[in-house]
Amino acid sequence: MNETDDLKRRLLQAGGRLAAEAPDLAAAAAAAGMLDVAYATIDSPLGSLLLASTDQGLVRVAYLEFADRDAVLESLAERVSPRMLEAPRRLDEPRRALDEYFAGRLRKFDLPLDRRLMGDFMRRVLSATTTIPYGSVSTYGAVALKAGSPRGYRAAGNALGSNPMPIVIPCHRVLHADGGIGGYTGGLERKRTLLELESTQPQPPG
Amino acid sequence: MALPPFQTLLDSYGRDVQRFLIANIGPVDADDCWQETWLSALHAYPSLKDASNLRAWVFTIAHRKLIDHARARGRRAIPVAEAVELASAEPATATALPDAQLWSSVAGLPDKQRTAVTLRFLIDSSYREIAVVMETSEEAARRNVHEALKRLRKELNR
Repeated sequence: MNETDDLKRRLLQAGGRLAAEAPDLAAAAAAAGMLDVAYATIDSPLGSLLLASTDQGLVRVAYLEFADRDAVLESLAERVSPRMLEAPRRLDEPRRALDEYFAGRLRKFDLPLDRRLMGDFMRRVLSATTTIPYGSVSTYGAVALKAGSPRGYRAAGNALGSNPMPIVIPCHRVLHADGGIGGYTGGLERKRTLLELESTQPQPPG
Repeated sequence: MALPPFQTLLDSYGRDVQRFLIANIGPVDADDCWQETWLSALHAYPSLKDASNLRAWVFTIAHRKLIDHARARGRRAIPVAEAVELASAEPATATALPDAQLWSSVAGLPDKQRTAVTLRFLIDSSYREIAVVMETSEEAARRNVHEALKRLRKELNR
């Protein structure tokens, strides 16, 4: 049945020529209140970053050259919601803030944050971290103390190491008491780069 | 089993669903139907119990949207006249004409035959999958594809 085979081939080929691109779903999904997690990949001086937000605010920042993209997304699907779409426009605000930060023009992030990926202790540690000013550093011990666990500097280190929003929550400003650089969720080189960026900027007036 | 991020479904099947819908109802209505399909999927997604065959699940929703669409029209799904325009607007002029002829013949098929034959040859669905998507038997799926091919062959060789 050669002509039937020919017909099958025609259908297959003609089908392939339909629809170059699928329409955009994110806007309609958001309007219907069904976009639980929007995410985008952006370029930065520290390599690609994945940004994710919910209706409450930024929920995740990940270094894609350090963390596996699929693993980060799957973890968000499991811990927040599987209703996730890539929707770059919905991440415009944090993207602009990060651009400004890397350009040395922004010293304090003022973004709505969704802290649902943080447990109680981590929340306390990270909010203590947020108070360390731009260009300054603190220690694991001092952060633990401020978080209400004077002897929990090791636990504080672990909490900082799993900071779901590096850069935005400046865990890079926390060092060892002896001056050692400690650890970093994006690798030590990135931590050094961030500290350098902040120290080479002129101090704020006043 | 944990559900994958919804975007991965869209990346995997978004274009296939679009092609399937265009072949069945033409590009203009297909856009609305595509969005309705994916919004319905998104709505139902978090409570989905069995994630083992997400492709068949999405196409089942798309097929239901085609049925809704046909009902809303109050008659058989509208011919693919617009698909003809689309096909002839494609840059590959050598193939534009045969596509147009093909799509108007596909448009002339009864709904079930058109759905079955487009699933089989545009989407590469197995008869098993066609049966799941069309909520029918594998036997009926086979018969619909067979009848569709018979009619198309007759029509195109006229």
